[in-house]
Amino acid sequence: MSVPGEEQISSRPVPPVHVLTVASMALVVAGGIVMASHLPGRPPLGLPLVFLGAAGAMLVASVLALTRVGRFDWRTFRVVGGWAILAYAVIAGMLEYVFVLDGTRGAVLIVLSLMLLVFAVDIPIVLAFSVARFQQPERLL
Amino acid sequence: MAMAETTVHVDSAGTSIAPPATAVPSTIVPLPGIPVVVAVLGGLVVAIATNKLWALDFFHVMGGALWTGIDLFVGLIIGPILRRMSVQARVEFSSRFMPKMLLLMPTLVIVTLASGFQLARQFGNLSSSAPLHPWIVASFVVVGVLTLIAIGVLEPANLAVLFELRKPRPNGELIGRLMRRFVMSAGIIGAAQVATLVIMTKLASG
Repeated sequence: MSVPGEEQISSRPVPPVHVLTVASMALVVAGGIVMASHLPGRPPLGLPLVFLGAAGAMLVASVLALTRVGRFDWRTFRVVGGWAILAYAVIAGMLEYVFVLDGTRGAVLIVLSLMLLVFAVDIPIVLAFSVARFQQPERLL
Repeated sequence: MAMAETTVHVDSAGTSIAPPATAVPSTIVPLPGIPVVVAVLGGLVVAIATNKLWALDFFHVMGGALWTGIDLFVGLIIGPILRRMSVQARVEFSSRFMPKMLLLMPTLVIVTLASGFQLARQFGNLSSSAPLHPWIVASFVVVGVLTLIAIGVLEPANLAVLFELRKPRPNGELIGRLMRRFVMSAGIIGAAQVATLVIMTKLASG
């Protein structure tokens, strides 16, 4: 199979991984705002759970789309994703630390933690995909 | 993310590129900056753990002022200048500017948000019965929008440009397209930061 040129790489069609992941981020941010606007009291969990569920579904759809990307520079994806996971694990950990320190517990803490988890997975996917999509795909063995 | 030094040369149309000219920094992430980031985050943890008002105020004001100032400066001053520069000049500027932003901005954002949340809690503004609570919620919304634009549009464009610059023959058309996206989103973020200034000055003056 021939290796595509740079112009072909930059203009080739790709699955909507970026859009789906950013949509997931938007939903989790919306849920986070609803939760944070009720802290330090006990926030109602209905709406945040809807946002979290939808964000999770978008993330799953994004990962599924990623598996259908075909020829792709997975090495670059892993390098960028790995660094991004490291960076955003620190940021998510910092926010989790603040919530715990402020006495957030129980179901509220679980929902907030899951939101942080989705957020911390979304970002590496967005960054890694955005870079790897413009790289020369790995050669098929 | 260490990579070999490469050279870039772009023609006036920005479509074809051939070597020599610009030396691209040897790593995407500026490694000498990492100890500084670790020190700043360590200081933030201490400030939050001890809950000292002065320390929290310091991190929030310092981080927020730099975050807002840099966003406004990049979006409203650097961005329009960059748009008028040649592709070659943009590439040279970006290859040195963007790696630093990669480390600086997330650090400023987390420092500002974490210390700000603690301050709002200390001052009682997080409570939904507080008179300034709607302003706090408004700040959450603005920060949420800023986050989405920064991480969903600006940062991916930034990283993609940096990686493109490392290729033996970078695609000038792609770099130009991504840079336009970067400059446009920086402008939107700069404008949104004006809203942040309005909210924060209101919160500070009661």
